[in-house]
Amino acid sequence: MKNLKLILNPLNDENPITVQVLGICSALAVTVQMKPAIVMALSVIVVTAFSNLIISLGRNTIPPRIRIIVQLVVVAFLVIVVDQVLKAYVYDVSKKLSVFVGLIITNCILMGRLEAFAMANKPWASFLDGIGNGAGYGLILVALSTLRELLGSGSLMGYQVVPDSFYRIGYMDNGMMILPPMALITIGIIIWLQRGFNRKLIEK
Amino acid sequence: MNVQSNKYTFIYSTVIVLIVATGLAVVSTALQPAQVKNVEVEKKQNILTSLRVQTAPTNADNLYSQFVTGSFVLNRKGEKVSGIDPFEINLREEMKKPAGERNLPVFEALKNDSSFLVIPVYGKGLWGPIWGYISFLRDDSVTTGDPHFNTIYGVMFDHKGETPGLGAEINQPFFMVPFRGKTIFDERGNFVSIEVVKGGADPSSRHQVDAISGGTITSKGLQAMLDSSLISYQTYFKMNN
Repeated sequence: MKNLKLILNPLNDENPITVQVLGICSALAVTVQMKPAIVMALSVIVVTAFSNLIISLGRNTIPPRIRIIVQLVVVAFLVIVVDQVLKAYVYDVSKKLSVFVGLIITNCILMGRLEAFAMANKPWASFLDGIGNGAGYGLILVALSTLRELLGSGSLMGYQVVPDSFYRIGYMDNGMMILPPMALITIGIIIWLQRGFNRKLIEK
Repeated sequence: MNVQSNKYTFIYSTVIVLIVATGLAVVSTALQPAQVKNVEVEKKQNILTSLRVQTAPTNADNLYSQFVTGSFVLNRKGEKVSGIDPFEINLREEMKKPAGERNLPVFEALKNDSSFLVIPVYGKGLWGPIWGYISFLRDDSVTTGDPHFNTIYGVMFDHKGETPGLGAEINQPFFMVPFRGKTIFDERGNFVSIEVVKGGADPSSRHQVDAISGGTITSKGLQAMLDSSLISYQTYFKMNN
């Protein structure tokens, strides 16, 4: 039950993007299309889960004075491995993600979870916490990219879903959806909706 | 053990760095062949796209050996340079050299009994590099001294990070298809390149295509790329061979 909470909490009540407002930059950059967003989400899940696990395993041996450096080294290692694997096996997606895979290193969600959770909890719990937070980030990425690709390009996963007859009677894709400012506004709308349904999140 | 001591901190950091470095070296070495292969396949696909051949990553190797019959390197005087693999030439490095010293890769192709030359182009857009491949149809009916390769058969352009919806559209068919059939030499055999015209190309012109609205700097960069890349080949195109 407690373990389940570690995964489910970050999806809603403690969502890294919509509640803690972390990791916004990449959420704006890689959500023009669904496919790169999904790959990015999976990459972040892998990195948060395993960095949490590794740091938690070594939490009693890490010298406190250099703990942030050790965390960064572990995160950087995992991110480079993920980047190399993407380049080798999903080359076209890795080109679209370009620098943003590398920038997972600087994603605040990671350092936040390592400092706040993995340094003080057992490995298995930390691993689940990492998956939960990565998934919470990924959930928003997928939601955002679905909206942006549908309204901005008229397609989902690269397949056209808005029928040609719509375009013939004057429907046009919204070019603004492709650009980052509209992504920020869309995140705002998602936060608004989430707070509408989840009353706990509203500050007194 | 005292995790606070300097000695422990030094040893710990040394060990962790060594472990991570070894790990990365192993991963990099193991994945390198697949990564190199991806880059090679992409290049082959680009060349085939300029020849108007539909490709997928899985069949690019086969189609490439089917259509591309040879390749060589030229200098600006139109002479062949030996000892360099045209497939391995890094255009970004070549474009940094003075115009006279560049190695110019050429790919020969055969499709439906017609001969083609494919040449790579490389330049700057608004935010980063833009590049492409242009295929020319061989014309054997020309008189001596006039260019054998004048008519564009197909083009393929791509970019690193031009503005989505604006400059990034240079890799879309609506921009690339109008290049087909355009010529880079005028009737007297003088090099005129292709003009990317803002506000609409003259439909009767054989040297003009439409620029992209809102993508002015990318369009201009593309024009500059065509000018500077194509002019180096003009001597060879005019040679009677």
